[in-house]
Amino acid sequence: MAAVTLLEARGLTRHFDGLKAVDGVDFDLHQGEIHALIGPNGAGKTTFVSLLSGRIPVQSGTIRFSGRDITHLPAHARVRLGIAYTFQITQVYGALTVFDNVALAVQSRHSHRLRDDAMAALTRVGLQDRADQTAGTLSYGHQRLLEVAMGLGLDPKLLILDEPTQGLAQGEIETFKDIVRGVVPAATVLLIEHNMDVVMDLAQRITVLNFGEVLATGTPEAIRADKAVQTAYLGG
Amino acid sequence: MTAAVLALTASGLSLVFGIMRVVNVAHGAFFMLGAVLAWFVSEWVPGPAGLSFAVALVVCPLIVGAIAAAADMAVLKRLNYEPEATIVATIGLLYILEQAALSFFGPDARPVPAPLDFRIQLPWFGYSGYKLAVIVGAALVLLMVWLILKHTKAGLIMRATQIDRDTARAFGINVDRVYAGVFAMGAGLAAIAAVLIVPIQQAHYLMGGDPLLLSFIVVIIGGLGSLRGTLVAALIIGLGDGVISTFFAPTLAKILATLAVGLILVLRPQGLFGKRAA
Amino acid sequence: MTVDRALFLHLGLIAALLAFHFVAPAYHHTNIARIMVLAIYAMGYNIAFGYTGLLSLGHALFFGSGLYAAGLLAYHADGTAGIGLIAGLLAGGAVAFALGLFALRTAGVAFMIVTLMFAQAGYLTVLYFGSYTRGDEGIVIPKAGRMLASLDLSDDNTRYLVALALFAVALLVNLWLARSPRGRIMVAMRENEERSRMLGYNPYTVKLTALTISGLYAGLSGAAYALMFGYAGASLASVQYSILPLLYVLLGGAGTVIGPFLGALLMFYLIDYASSITDAHQFVTGVALVLLILFAPKGILGTIRERGLKWLP
Repeated sequence: MAAVTLLEARGLTRHFDGLKAVDGVDFDLHQGEIHALIGPNGAGKTTFVSLLSGRIPVQSGTIRFSGRDITHLPAHARVRLGIAYTFQITQVYGALTVFDNVALAVQSRHSHRLRDDAMAALTRVGLQDRADQTAGTLSYGHQRLLEVAMGLGLDPKLLILDEPTQGLAQGEIETFKDIVRGVVPAATVLLIEHNMDVVMDLAQRITVLNFGEVLATGTPEAIRADKAVQTAYLGG
Repeated sequence: MTAAVLALTASGLSLVFGIMRVVNVAHGAFFMLGAVLAWFVSEWVPGPAGLSFAVALVVCPLIVGAIAAAADMAVLKRLNYEPEATIVATIGLLYILEQAALSFFGPDARPVPAPLDFRIQLPWFGYSGYKLAVIVGAALVLLMVWLILKHTKAGLIMRATQIDRDTARAFGINVDRVYAGVFAMGAGLAAIAAVLIVPIQQAHYLMGGDPLLLSFIVVIIGGLGSLRGTLVAALIIGLGDGVISTFFAPTLAKILATLAVGLILVLRPQGLFGKRAA
Repeated sequence: MTVDRALFLHLGLIAALLAFHFVAPAYHHTNIARIMVLAIYAMGYNIAFGYTGLLSLGHALFFGSGLYAAGLLAYHADGTAGIGLIAGLLAGGAVAFALGLFALRTAGVAFMIVTLMFAQAGYLTVLYFGSYTRGDEGIVIPKAGRMLASLDLSDDNTRYLVALALFAVALLVNLWLARSPRGRIMVAMRENEERSRMLGYNPYTVKLTALTISGLYAGLSGAAYALMFGYAGASLASVQYSILPLLYVLLGGAGTVIGPFLGALLMFYLIDYASSITDAHQFVTGVALVLLILFAPKGILGTIRERGLKWLP
């Protein structure tokens, strides 16, 4: 199949006080794929997606999204272009209702059907019955789902999920996998994930980062077979 | 002269901000309290001006420090030193202290006699002996603060607390006591400065406003929380103050000064001499 | 369909204040008129502080802008009250916008000090141009300048009703804003700025808008104060007048629509009562600030909302 490139990073670099958190990374995302980003702790995964989402300014290199250079675009403008980021550490608005949380995402794209769209996003993660509950009183698992619903509410072209299954029970992980499968191919998913079962199950392609550099990119089978990856990460 | 007293007042503010991350809006009120108490001491202690002055120099900072420590323990500690809440609380404190001074001291400005009165006649200009003594005295106090911070166990504990409150607590440092002590010390420094200046400038219940503003300027230009930056900035401002006020009307000079502080905070939040925080 | 309890409550307050007009003794009648004008100021402060989380110590600059826009126009240019109110509204908004351009590059403590400094510079500017503003002594606005079309604002009854009309509009606009999507964005910015940025909102423009709206309220209130009570003096632009709305909002409940009015009402009478038994009214202000921040940082209505009346806007 002829893959259409949604996002393209070239020579992306970010150092912190001499620490090469991200060092000259080339990276392509295909439209409609689920792409997993893996690597040991401190490999630069979160820094890398922070560069993509604009939370951290790029030191050198370029990022193109839908054919447009977004390297120096501020984070909020990238969100408007369709890059949604869900936080590794849950950051819902604890004092607001579940509905308001998602409504904030929906109204960000100037939807004219605020209530319908917000409820639709909540329904996709199964929280529609809790719309009036205060978000801070939700269980941890439900807060993670709300976080995802906020991402969906933005109706993004690219949904970046930063360790979404961390701390979830097995049953919740299954629900979560179904949600992610439902996002593609209308949108594209970039997933940082430690749980290898989830990665191998969901991802069509995987990129392995190590010491801020790309170690390998390929299908789950190719990555599993890659000697360099096995030594660096999978523990041989 | 101005620079010396200013440096003393500002170092108190800087100390409190540097170690506790508390912006003490009541700092000027502590300064005023020191001056007003000095007047009471000069009234009540009999004998020569020098004696009552010496008593004031010891007693006023202690009383002001005690009040500050009490305020810290009763109010700031309970706010968990949350920055915005502590500012609101110290504004309240400022009101309370000013009102107390107004009620017990009255609305008038009152003079305090100078402990020594002679002029040093240098070849090209004369200089009041008292002013010279103030400069020397202020310099000595600052040196002492410096030495305490750098070379004593108490100073080490303060610096440890500054770097990481929680770790300091984990190492068995009584952070509450350190904070109360630092807050008292900051207020005490302002009080010493006030006692020193009050023979030249009369005591008045609203006299805290200008030193507060100037201290803000000094601390902000010097870099928030850096004692060395504070000293350099105080010298520049103190010496510069005379220069500026010869060119502008006092009100205009103040307008320019306040605008400058605002703009510096916007453009260079780390201060003119401070290093950018990582 | 549920009744719109919130709208009902706010219309009820306006109706009660109208009823009060007919029964009130003269002394309280004047007080309430003054409180309503100050409540507009506090509502504006609340839009910045209570809803958006911008703790400013410089709102006297916006209040003073409105005060002097109206006062100076009436005093030096024979402006009428209608022009004065509009000029005050715009002056407050414009000054808030201009200050926000700079000050909103900072946050938290730095924002507090920057706003404090700019407001102090504004206060000193009033003193510096004493030949026009008459400084601390202030200007007394001539009766001709206090005419709103054919309404004479120096008349007690007219003043009360005009104050009520302005208050009612300000309150209902505030209610609408608080329940609108834009109000939700402001609250989101207060709750979690980084999260809001990652939902596509530019924190700088959201805060600048909120501060400007806040300035419009403060400016309108300042102008109304000058025209209704016939006086504009430097003390009304001093730092005390930056603290005042903070106090009202903290007492009544930050982030509630009626809170600012409730806070202004209670604080006004508390100080009024304290002044009748002692001259130490500053003491009351100071103690109130300390006690509120210590024991009830959410204020009266904030606490009530937390304890059950969740629908309270």
